[in-house]
Amino acid sequence: MTQNQALFEYLLRLGDSDMVLGQRLCELVGNAPALEEEMAIGNVALDLIGQARSWLTLAAEVASAAEIEGAGRSADDLAFTRDERAYRNLLLVEQANGNFADTMARQYLFDAWHFHLLSALSHSADERIAAIAAKGLKEVTYHLRRSSAWIKRLGDGTDESHAKMQEALDEIWTYSGEMFIGDEVDTLLSEAGIGADLAALHNLWKADVQAVFAEATLTCPSMDEYMQRGSKKGLHTEQLGFLLAEMQFLPRAYPGASW
Amino acid sequence: MIQSYDSANKNQPLIATDRAGQLLEQPAIDRIWALLDEVPDPEVPVVSVVDLGIVRDLSWEGEQLVVTLTPTYSGCPATEFIEDAIRDALHGAGIGNLRLQQRLAPAWTTDWITEAGREKLRQYGIAPPVGSASKRTLLGEEPDVACPQCGSHDTVQVSEFGSTACKALYRCNSCLEPFDYFKCI
Repeated sequence: MTQNQALFEYLLRLGDSDMVLGQRLCELVGNAPALEEEMAIGNVALDLIGQARSWLTLAAEVASAAEIEGAGRSADDLAFTRDERAYRNLLLVEQANGNFADTMARQYLFDAWHFHLLSALSHSADERIAAIAAKGLKEVTYHLRRSSAWIKRLGDGTDESHAKMQEALDEIWTYSGEMFIGDEVDTLLSEAGIGADLAALHNLWKADVQAVFAEATLTCPSMDEYMQRGSKKGLHTEQLGFLLAEMQFLPRAYPGASW
Repeated sequence: MIQSYDSANKNQPLIATDRAGQLLEQPAIDRIWALLDEVPDPEVPVVSVVDLGIVRDLSWEGEQLVVTLTPTYSGCPATEFIEDAIRDALHGAGIGNLRLQQRLAPAWTTDWITEAGREKLRQYGIAPPVGSASKRTLLGEEPDVACPQCGSHDTVQVSEFGSTACKALYRCNSCLEPFDYFKCI
């Protein structure tokens, strides 16, 4: 694998996770439990889709410059014409919204990872990656602040909110480990100073979630539990296909459609 | 000769062109800054794209004007709209040969909003960002936000996110009015 192939793959992973979570959150617009939360969810989705656009635009540039797989495709082509097996988003972000505790559990586990990932990538040896990460980090800081506040509020709230928050956390936990399981791409780019070091990232994430769960009076599930994996090879849960079907319908049915 | 006028000073031609739209003389960069300071932000029309610090640099490369822009939020839906508005304003002033380029680093920060911009925000009913953007502001304690209506500091955050990504929703406990707060990033 050449460095450009690894870079293309790495950028797809970053872009796809943002894209899929952004799309999931959009399902709550018109549907959230409170107006303020609806605005917050919509704004977080917008930030994520904007970041996805930056990553996928760069992925398209890298592919075209190096004439590797995907050459000649635009960011829109990458988002709207790849099938499920070509998507590289984390399994965590494709999971359904469920109830509000499920939505916030998924969001918090992702935000804590995203915050430390972008912090690391803002020092990437590739200045294009560093620029996108530094910009996104400012937005993600607010995402993390909000989602961690909700974990504490629901966990340390009423008996019912506590029970629902704990249940949501236990349910989604099996999808959290994948964020720290590396492969050839991660190793190659981490050694080149371009990508993040996953072991260091895991330690920062663990410290964060344990502190927040303690304050929220929630029990942190075991870090040694069996963790689902597969997204780095394009093996997804049954949730992703439905999401992509909805997201990609228009450009697939009417190729080249514009406003 | 077709002349375009500075709306602030209608007797002074801003940029002179002949009938084919060719520039007779290259306008000075500070005149172009003044022109762009008239282009409103589409979401907060009281402040200009210059007040917000979106326009980072203007320069002539030979016959071509190069405009460097730094977008605010990654997903800001106004980014393309702002680019079009800037292009329109410059075309209207007779500058046809121009290139817009995006600069991502350093990332846009609310620290770049001008003093004049902050005052205009306040008069419009939006509390301007408090302090400067640092990790402490972001993760630390709540900022001390003054109500843009009555000036009281007895205010409370209703939602971390407001009507646009750049704002949070607050309420004043003194005059009971809700208001937007322009977040520090």
